[in-house]
Amino acid sequence: MANETRIAQISCGTEYSGVQGKLNEVAERSGIKLVYPEVELDNVAEAVREFGYRAKSPGLNLMIARALSVLDDISVVDGVLLLTCFKCAEGSIVKNEIRKFLQRETDLPVITYSTVDHVKEGGLMIRLEALKTLVTRKTLLMRTKQEGITMGVDSGSSTTKCVIMKENEVIGTGWLPTTEVVGSAKKAIDLALEDAGMKMSEIGAVAVTGYGRHVVGDEIGADLVQEELTVNSKGAAFLADRQRGEATVLDIGGMDNKALTLNNAIPDDFTMGGVCAGASGRFLEITARRLGVDISELGDLALKGDASKIVMDSYCSIFGIQSLVSALGEGASKEDVAAAACRSVAEQVHEQQLQEVDLREPIIEVGGTALIEGLKVAFEDILGFDIIIPPYPQFAGAVGGALIVSAFVE
Amino acid sequence: MMKVLIYPPNSLILADLVERMGHEAVVLMKQIAKKVRDPELDSPPINIVEEDLKRALKYLSVEEPSGVRGRVGLMIPLVDEAEAAIIVEDADPSFGCMACAAANDYIEYMIRSKGVPTLIVPYPYDEDAAKILVQNVTDFLRSLES
Repeated sequence: MANETRIAQISCGTEYSGVQGKLNEVAERSGIKLVYPEVELDNVAEAVREFGYRAKSPGLNLMIARALSVLDDISVVDGVLLLTCFKCAEGSIVKNEIRKFLQRETDLPVITYSTVDHVKEGGLMIRLEALKTLVTRKTLLMRTKQEGITMGVDSGSSTTKCVIMKENEVIGTGWLPTTEVVGSAKKAIDLALEDAGMKMSEIGAVAVTGYGRHVVGDEIGADLVQEELTVNSKGAAFLADRQRGEATVLDIGGMDNKALTLNNAIPDDFTMGGVCAGASGRFLEITARRLGVDISELGDLALKGDASKIVMDSYCSIFGIQSLVSALGEGASKEDVAAAACRSVAEQVHEQQLQEVDLREPIIEVGGTALIEGLKVAFEDILGFDIIIPPYPQFAGAVGGALIVSAFVE
Repeated sequence: MMKVLIYPPNSLILADLVERMGHEAVVLMKQIAKKVRDPELDSPPINIVEEDLKRALKYLSVEEPSGVRGRVGLMIPLVDEAEAAIIVEDADPSFGCMACAAANDYIEYMIRSKGVPTLIVPYPYDEDAAKILVQNVTDFLRSLES
């Protein structure tokens, strides 16, 4: 294959976990050729000495030697996939140090992942797709400034967002719940055009991201259709003015959530929830409805409350709400219940997801729930990190699209 | 003739010593070869499948990383089969290794716990120590004949 992307797989345990076959299969489908940097066994000890970290597991020392061998002929590969077993403490340390080493010494995009025996195809696919994007669209992703007039559409699972940008500024936005994918996208576009006082013919280029990106992209003839991992990262880093250095993007959506770790606005790892409504914006929506307030008021209400006054027996959206309802029945204030709901979502995201990635400061919170101040405060309290809420947090994906696609404007 | 498990389980030198003394070496290579030759679609080139990881669950909890369970699952049948064992401690990776420290420690522990005649010797880092190792292994293998 002439245009195949060559990715160096530097890993420990994938064959013995039974996941190598799935990995090969997904890579092939993504147009990726996995290559294994060659290392002489006799050179492993020297490589480990040079790297400065000696693992107890020979397999991890071999990983270190393979990482160093990438530097010998950097033109051979286009990117690096780092894999160790989930819950292997030593593996996690080595993987992270190799990531930092490669990011320091090379310009190669790096994606990390912790493998389990029941590895999810979707999780592998989106990482490999992101790696491919990072390789094939490197020039686009280097862009730090938006130029001309461009549009970004984010066709999300709960909401559809659209922004219009002109000369590095957001000049129009459109937002509405996703019902019919294409119909919602068209309405969001109309809203954004109206807000900006523009016509579609004035837009220089359009990018589409989000889960409905392919169908929407085809329908509106988008110039760029790109997965949300790289686009959201660019948008969040741009809006927070953190395009250099490391950062973590936290995106608590209506139906799922993501935590992405970035280096110079480029993602290298992410974790994605979505199996539990108790860890999503949906839990907060249900709470707001039960309290008889609009979701936009819930955050401020939570700031006036004390979460510790409410005993939550479960993070579940059914049983957790039951706890909140019981508390109300016992005379708890709306403020305390709102605070407890925000705390519950933050704790659940922390316990279920954030411990899977190496959190890097600053944390940039995006997505619609970033507007709920009580949730930000709950995260800050649990993590001990300051959290940045950039302007237009709910439009991060759309802004990332508009920024990147401005490379297409003449 | 006895079935003698060697550790590291892929040490060609140890396997050769055992075979020369007329015993059957229980080695990882045979297990791996079976995995490579068996017609499986799941996970080439080493067809570690869910059953291998499940086998390890008899000994290890699901909390263990999958790579540890996969390796232990592969080694369990060899430990079950062993009538005697030779463990070379802290061996250089070029002599043979399991690649995963946790799997290494656990399998060594399982061999020691099995209660079969077991020789435990340190890895030799010079020629004199190597000669002593060979002598110890030879004496141990001879003692098994009686």
